Amino acid sequence: MKEIKISVNNLSLFYSEKQALKNITLEIAANRITAFIGPSGCGKSTFLRVLNRMNDLIDNVSVSGEVLIDGINIYDKNIDVVNLRKRIGMVFQKSNLFPKTIYENLVFGVKLNSKKDKKELDEIAEKTLRQAALWDEVKDRMNDHALSLSGGQQQRLCIARALAVEPEIILMDEPASALDPISTAKIEELLHSLKAKYTIVIVTHNMQQAARVSDQTAFFYLGELIEYDKTTRIFTNPAKKQTEDYVTGRFG
Amino acid sequence: MLDAGYWILDTGYWVLVSCLWFVVCRLQGFGKHFPFPIFHQNFRIILSRMKELSKKTRDIKGLIFINLSRLLFFFLILLLFLLLFKIVIEGLPVISWKFLSESPKNNMTEGGIWPAIFGTIAVTVIMILFAVPLGVSAAVYLNEYAKDTFFTRIIRTAVNNLAGIPSIVFGLFGLGFFILFVGKNIDVVLGTGLLFGQPALLWASCTLAVLVLPIIIVSTSEALNSVPKTHRDAAYGLGATKWQTIRNVVLPQARPGVLTGIILAVSRGAGETAPILFLGAAFFLPNLPVVDLCIGNYCIPMINPAEQFMYLAYHIFILATQSSNPTETLPIQYGATLVLIALTFLLNITAIIFRYRFRKAIGRI
Repeated sequence: MKEIKISVNNLSLFYSEKQALKNITLEIAANRITAFIGPSGCGKSTFLRVLNRMNDLIDNVSVSGEVLIDGINIYDKNIDVVNLRKRIGMVFQKSNLFPKTIYENLVFGVKLNSKKDKKELDEIAEKTLRQAALWDEVKDRMNDHALSLSGGQQQRLCIARALAVEPEIILMDEPASALDPISTAKIEELLHSLKAKYTIVIVTHNMQQAARVSDQTAFFYLGELIEYDKTTRIFTNPAKKQTEDYVTGRFG
Repeated sequence: MLDAGYWILDTGYWVLVSCLWFVVCRLQGFGKHFPFPIFHQNFRIILSRMKELSKKTRDIKGLIFINLSRLLFFFLILLLFLLLFKIVIEGLPVISWKFLSESPKNNMTEGGIWPAIFGTIAVTVIMILFAVPLGVSAAVYLNEYAKDTFFTRIIRTAVNNLAGIPSIVFGLFGLGFFILFVGKNIDVVLGTGLLFGQPALLWASCTLAVLVLPIIIVSTSEALNSVPKTHRDAAYGLGATKWQTIRNVVLPQARPGVLTGIILAVSRGAGETAPILFLGAAFFLPNLPVVDLCIGNYCIPMINPAEQFMYLAYHIFILATQSSNPTETLPIQYGATLVLIALTFLLNITAIIFRYRFRKAIGRI
């Protein structure tokens, strides 16, 4: 029996008057990879940002419904958003490394609230770089500028940076869309190895990637959740016609 | 000094008129009608070549625009060069170590300008110490914390308009507010007689700080805005608070912009005469505004903010208009002007070096 990590009930999101997400209900299992697919503008990225309350940073956004992580509603008034975001890591579409050295980027999250000495920070850096399959490429260059890495390396460094804070959940918003096929393959390999320790939610517009990588897939269209099922079923035998039209490429 | 001004105007005017006439003739093909017959032949060659070019290039408007821009650019450089040339030619012979390190003697006709140099540096440095923390904090608050309401827009407009206020008004403001109000009340509260309620270095620095505040605020604002939103998102995603994001991600990237603001502020502040007229600039002082800070037997000379000071810009003004024999002091005026320009240049070079290093650190070179 799968353990449920995130449980979303009747979630709706409004940008001022315009409704962007309509009554979404789904459950995300722990230690699995869940993919959100759908055409552009369907709300999948917005929904992803709901899960770690990043939409709070945008003005005029209002949310109704509840999002339970480990049973606790994160939209409760008493929740400390900063702590929440420490438990949930986020990787963005284009790498947004800080213009600092590789080492400083990695330990940025760790240094925010805990006072660790250099030895501990070095250990954390090595551990996360190995997890992100970047250690061999970067171990002699730790004090180089982070933006001197290639695109694929930068994105893996972003993942390592998110892992350094030791989150439980990792949210990825189209992490490989700006990368070449080889880097994409490396990142997908990475996701498989991370699955054991983390709960991963990935938004992608690349259906083949969703089919390769995820265990569960959710199909969104115009702000609504159309279908949510095992990946194998979504791509071979979807229940709704709309889903079938999308995955076979008839639209989107 | 006035004849230098006329000289520049004459030369500049002649150059400008010739250039404009030149461009007009080229554009309209009036080779034959150009009034200087010496250039007539060359002109026809130039014009025919231009006509050939216009048949080959379709972007004739672009060509005209680029060449007009080049012409105006060179004209600008020429103006700057003429100004500096005159000052350097007249001022360089006067500069010597004696000139830079001695006090004025014999009713300003001999001696040096050291007290004025010291006063300028002291006032400018203290001005920056006041203006930068205040300006950067204000910009951070306006950009990052304040919501975009009618009230904050009024504040921004007020800051921008502060930059357009004539500097003599700042002088009167400094006199009325800092000296006669704040200073006097401090005296009353502390019972120190007439210590703070009179013209002093401190109040001059405060007033100049208010004068350059808009420059710092606007530069910092621009620098903060140029930090991409996605960097802030990354920081928030890692669990940073707003202040942690500002301090560790936004402000380090904004440092070059802040330094640009400091460069502009120093240039403005060091050259202002009107504000400090009633705020402590003196015609002649026998001593420098220093006081010894003594701890036991060790005494460190420190700038005394409660004293009056001599100021280069003011000194030049005095020599030119109010000394008893302006012709004899003319070389000293040029010398002092040259020193003021060189001083501003030196202060700015320091800031530019810092800015270069900050830019290198964030990889934007």
